[in-house]
Amino acid sequence: MSQTPGPDPGAEATNTTRRRFLLALGGGLAGLGALVLLVPLLGPLLSSAWRASVSLRWVSVGPVDSFPKGQTRLASFRNPFTVPWDGQTAEIPCWVRRKDDGSFQIFSVHCSHLGCPVRWFAGSGLFLCPCHGGVYYADGRRAAGPPPRGLYRYAHRVRGGTLQLRGGHVPTLAAPL
Amino acid sequence: MRPTLPGRAALGAAGRWVDERLGLREAVVELARHPIPPGSASWFYALGSATLTCFGVLVASGLCLALFYVPSAGDAWNSLEHLTYGVPLGWLLRAVHYWASNFMVAVLTLHALQVFLFGAYKYPRELTWMIGVCLLLATLANAFTGQIMRFDQDAYWGIGIGVAITGRLPEIGQQLVYLLLGGPIVGGRTLSRFFALHVFVVPGLIGGLVLLHLRLVLRLGVSEPPVAGRPVDPDHERARYLERLRREGIPFFPDAAWRDMVFSGLVLLGILGCAALFGPKGPGGAPDPTQIHTVPRPDFYFLPVFALLALLPPWLETPVVLIAPLLGVLALLALPLIAWRGERHPARRPVAVLVVVAGFTVLGILTRVGMTAPWSPHMQAWSADPTPVADVRGRSPLELQGALLVQAKQCRNCHALDGVGGRRGPAFDGVATRLTRDELVRQVLQGGGNMPAYGKQLEPDEVTALVAFLRTLGPPGQSARPPVEARLRAVGD
Repeated sequence: MSQTPGPDPGAEATNTTRRRFLLALGGGLAGLGALVLLVPLLGPLLSSAWRASVSLRWVSVGPVDSFPKGQTRLASFRNPFTVPWDGQTAEIPCWVRRKDDGSFQIFSVHCSHLGCPVRWFAGSGLFLCPCHGGVYYADGRRAAGPPPRGLYRYAHRVRGGTLQLRGGHVPTLAAPL
Repeated sequence: MRPTLPGRAALGAAGRWVDERLGLREAVVELARHPIPPGSASWFYALGSATLTCFGVLVASGLCLALFYVPSAGDAWNSLEHLTYGVPLGWLLRAVHYWASNFMVAVLTLHALQVFLFGAYKYPRELTWMIGVCLLLATLANAFTGQIMRFDQDAYWGIGIGVAITGRLPEIGQQLVYLLLGGPIVGGRTLSRFFALHVFVVPGLIGGLVLLHLRLVLRLGVSEPPVAGRPVDPDHERARYLERLRREGIPFFPDAAWRDMVFSGLVLLGILGCAALFGPKGPGGAPDPTQIHTVPRPDFYFLPVFALLALLPPWLETPVVLIAPLLGVLALLALPLIAWRGERHPARRPVAVLVVVAGFTVLGILTRVGMTAPWSPHMQAWSADPTPVADVRGRSPLELQGALLVQAKQCRNCHALDGVGGRRGPAFDGVATRLTRDELVRQVLQGGGNMPAYGKQLEPDEVTALVAFLRTLGPPGQSARPPVEARLRAVGD
């Protein structure tokens, strides 16, 4: 190696610096490109999380007259944030209780324990959960079992003879209705 | 001399032509014939390859399923119904995928168990074990997302359970829920998200991890069966192992490989047999959230978690659900770092054996209870289970009125009568020998001990009738429990 006439050491050093610079340039550029690429890759994916504060919307549950006084009935409303391919999952159930004085209470069907659908039993005046045996009174208070709180309650109002509730997200302990 | 077939010669020539360019033949032969310790040619060592076989079946059948499945919340269930009932052998394809996943979870568990009991995770195979733990987690993750692919009622409410657990995380709970669901609510975006996880992300991860796992097995050599009194000494382990391989090593193929092949073949037959015999699972009811008459249950391997969530006291629930899995995974990952040397034979590792026995006993019991779920009310008992004739024969009108109330007030959903009904509360049989009349009245009106109060649901005369009926429910020949005063008088005498 040493016998062959090569570039003088000074030029070698220049070349090394030059190569190092180009390598750093290439690596930096590719890294930057990859980093920027993350925006279109992860942006849409994460958008659902940062749109968490999307405000709930008023939706119709049905005419007031369809809920007799003194009864609790299963009703449903259309998810306000639905997409066309939601299919049947766009219809969200809820329990509507109309008290004897005509006022309303609307409960989520989700058990506050782990989200299973609670069922109303008029005879015993209780909501029972089929999963782990959570029990709630007619007014949504926790009666027995593992639930950490009562049933989630929707805000509601009556507009032009129609019962409306404020809904649109699945209630959890982190974000009750 | 064997007559050579012209086709065979042509095939050989074609093979040589390809390998002259590809140059893989030598490497493959070397790989197949790599030396292993003679004791490792054992049936115990066929579990890992059988797990891989299951994964292969899952990938192949999954690819075929993807040709029929429509990953849209509105159509997924219909496409599965069509595949099950409208496509020839479609049901068998679904069944093979379902049973291969069951087999994979089972064989993988056995594999992990064998490696643990053989102490095979010790030096130098710590990283192999850690990657194995990741493979176990990824497999369970895909078992869960696989349940969601069915997109039936169980899947819909199963996501709800996942959401409810995630929603318990402090601070970031809600954001994580929205990220998981792809929106504020379970729907079309949710299924797309879980479909991508189930079909691309997790299987890709498993594939990559399997490659690393196999690379480590080949590089470090397969472990020898443990010998009591011969502890792992990291300073000399590698040299000793390599020296033994040089002296006694036998080629993996065919000396050991035939066992792997036989066992994998049996697993394949097992998958096919179960698939043909038991068929696919579901899909259950259509994913219509307004059809709330459903009793969501997880697949077999998640029953212990399901049971645990019912049995834990509420104040322990959130910490256990959120922290215990994390600690468990960390413990599994850290195991080979803590116990990386010393004895390998289970006879010299009583704690390890005890952990396995205790762990599987707990899992077994939880699974068993999870199957019967005594904490769940029997939703149809009040209308479907008749009052036993023996319990109404010869009763007074008041007591009969009480018997009617037991049905009408849906008491049977939680309380069994003659062994039929819910088991959430104590059975009514013999209740008269346990509680006095006053105690029964108090219990009905005020509840307590996990029973709701019925004071607002019953008129005073109804309580009287109900308790009168309950007072008649004792074993024949044994009188009802007398009131406190009577008992005090008896003690005084």
